[in-house]
Amino acid sequence: MKNKRALFAVPYVGWMTLFVVVPIIMVVIYAFATAEGGVTLENFSSMGTYASVFTRSFWLALLATLICLLIGYPAAYFISREGPRFQRLAMMLIMLPMWMNFLLRTYSWMSVLENNGLLNQLFRNIGLISLYNGIAGLFGRAPVDHFQMIGTPGAVVLGMVYNYLPFMILPIYSVIEKMDRSLLEAAQDLGAGSARVFRKVILPLSLPGVLSGVTMVFVPSVSTFAISRLLGGGTQMMLGDLIEQQFLGGAYNPHLGAAISLVMMVIVVVCMVVMNHFGEGEEQAVML
Amino acid sequence: MLRLRCGDIKIMEKERGRIMSKKLISLADCCVAFDGELVLDHINLYFNDSEFLTLLGPSGCGKTTTLRIIGGFLTPTSGEVLFDGVRINDIPPNQRQVNTVFQRYALFPHLNVFENVAFGLRVPKTETVEGRKKKVKIPEEEIRQRVLEMLEVVSLKGFENRRITELSGGQQQRVAIARALVNRPKVLLLDEPLGALDLRLRKDMQSELKRIQQQLGITFIYVTHDQEEALAMSDTIVVMDQGRIQQIGTPEDIYNEPKNAFVADFIGESNILDGVMHEDFVVEFFNRKFKCLDKGFGPMEPVDVVIRPEDVDIVPPEKGQLRGTVTSVTFKGVHYDTIVDFKGFKWLIQTTDYHPEGETIGIILNPDDIHIMHKSEYSGMFGDYSSYSEEYDELEDVSLLEEDGEGGDEE
Repeated sequence: MKNKRALFAVPYVGWMTLFVVVPIIMVVIYAFATAEGGVTLENFSSMGTYASVFTRSFWLALLATLICLLIGYPAAYFISREGPRFQRLAMMLIMLPMWMNFLLRTYSWMSVLENNGLLNQLFRNIGLISLYNGIAGLFGRAPVDHFQMIGTPGAVVLGMVYNYLPFMILPIYSVIEKMDRSLLEAAQDLGAGSARVFRKVILPLSLPGVLSGVTMVFVPSVSTFAISRLLGGGTQMMLGDLIEQQFLGGAYNPHLGAAISLVMMVIVVVCMVVMNHFGEGEEQAVML
Repeated sequence: MLRLRCGDIKIMEKERGRIMSKKLISLADCCVAFDGELVLDHINLYFNDSEFLTLLGPSGCGKTTTLRIIGGFLTPTSGEVLFDGVRINDIPPNQRQVNTVFQRYALFPHLNVFENVAFGLRVPKTETVEGRKKKVKIPEEEIRQRVLEMLEVVSLKGFENRRITELSGGQQQRVAIARALVNRPKVLLLDEPLGALDLRLRKDMQSELKRIQQQLGITFIYVTHDQEEALAMSDTIVVMDQGRIQQIGTPEDIYNEPKNAFVADFIGESNILDGVMHEDFVVEFFNRKFKCLDKGFGPMEPVDVVIRPEDVDIVPPEKGQLRGTVTSVTFKGVHYDTIVDFKGFKWLIQTTDYHPEGETIGIILNPDDIHIMHKSEYSGMFGDYSSYSEEYDELEDVSLLEEDGEGGDEE
């Protein structure tokens, strides 16, 4: 062995081989195989029935990513401009929810959004629902006793944004925070007002952070199944749920499940490559 | 009060000449305090049109702070900044007719050379046309022409499509200068622009900068801690220490007529002795009276006497006014650095003749080799070469510190 230090990599390489490479190969084999062991493309051709699930998954994940970006970028920008003490505090507050279990957090959103949940109770108590009924009555609509929140696409997107927002803020924050202040001074010195400094210097230089933030939100969003299950109330089936059903649910068909996984993986990879191309020349921000 | 000597008339004329040319920027009684600590202490300074002025001083002396005030990145705690007689304290950097070459260039890494230089030109300018304010853009053709022209001035023709990361330090330096100059500022601020370059390149860039300044005829305000650089390039040098101006003058003035021990020590090498001024043109040190060219001191006033190492004439011991023993010799190429012990006080003498360690030599001091300065807070701190080698080590430490920039000066 040329480099003795290469030995240190052995545990990691072994781990990766066993738990990443081998499973992917198995997914590929399963996707092209029949239950009897033959080779087939039927798993892919039958996937058309699930087009709506694909569309919904990518649409909701895209929406969640966009909202995360719209909230996360200004937040990261604002935090990075404050003093070091504020920055540390803000970072801790952003990380804090992540110290709690993901499922627990999502369950608590359930109890907030349910038909008899915290929010609806609040609306009822402050008379918002009666008010709505009063107005709706004028237009001849039937009265309601709650607002439907859980089980809507909105609830699913909310759950995604809530869970993945830190992954958008952190990379953007760290890029802006590390940006050389003298670059901003140089731009000002050359006559640029603050809007122009932002547009021509800060924004382009923070793109690598944006790209990795987008990746870190989009990828888990598109494949999530817990959020859509809990907050979508079974009506908002996403790819994650569909795949899970093929392996654990009543629709047991691991071959179809593997094929769906494979297609999803390919689409995500293609998306990332296209995005990477966007940020060409900048440091490779998107981790594949 | 006034010390007059042979050079004085000339110096006064020069000084008057400086006063008579047009004042472009003035700092009036400027103070800057960070966390209650005074970084600039009542600075009064003006900058003339078309002048190459250098702010010179050690790390943390306030020179970069002064530059940042002029650039608009820092508002003085008190005092006024005037541009063409107009107060500009509250004018932001982007509205000042001043451009800066930053210490580490601060080139935009996401833009190529052309776009870096064009950055300032692409900013729409607000112009008042018939009483109405209008945003005016420079046409693309003119931008292209001006950028290419400026790249030619800094000898970077053909580099316009290069990425910044593909350039060497010296080339990046030139891009930074072109980027600032293309906007045709009235004043160019340069913050230790050659600090990151190696010695050879630094020398080349020094003459290059001087050439550009003369070619364009604009004011350069240059910050450095390198006294050789300051002497070589400047029309006027402002020596600073501890947030205060120690001396303002031409390079010749500063070198030949240092105002206090700090300036004498910082600019070149100096032997600084305690002396007593007996009367005009007579000073006593080492219990011996010497003729000098200085006058106007009080009777028997204690003074600092400066003797430059290259001014001392070595003669056989019997012919010398003073006798001393050589304690160390270092070959420096052009000359020998010879340390000579005179009654316990060690001098540095630079001579082209070799005198071995242990030899007893005599020296003769001519009246114009002796420079008299009033006592100051710096008296006794500099000018003794008893620990010469250690001093060299210290110097190296200082230059290492400089690498980190002036930490104290930054916000």
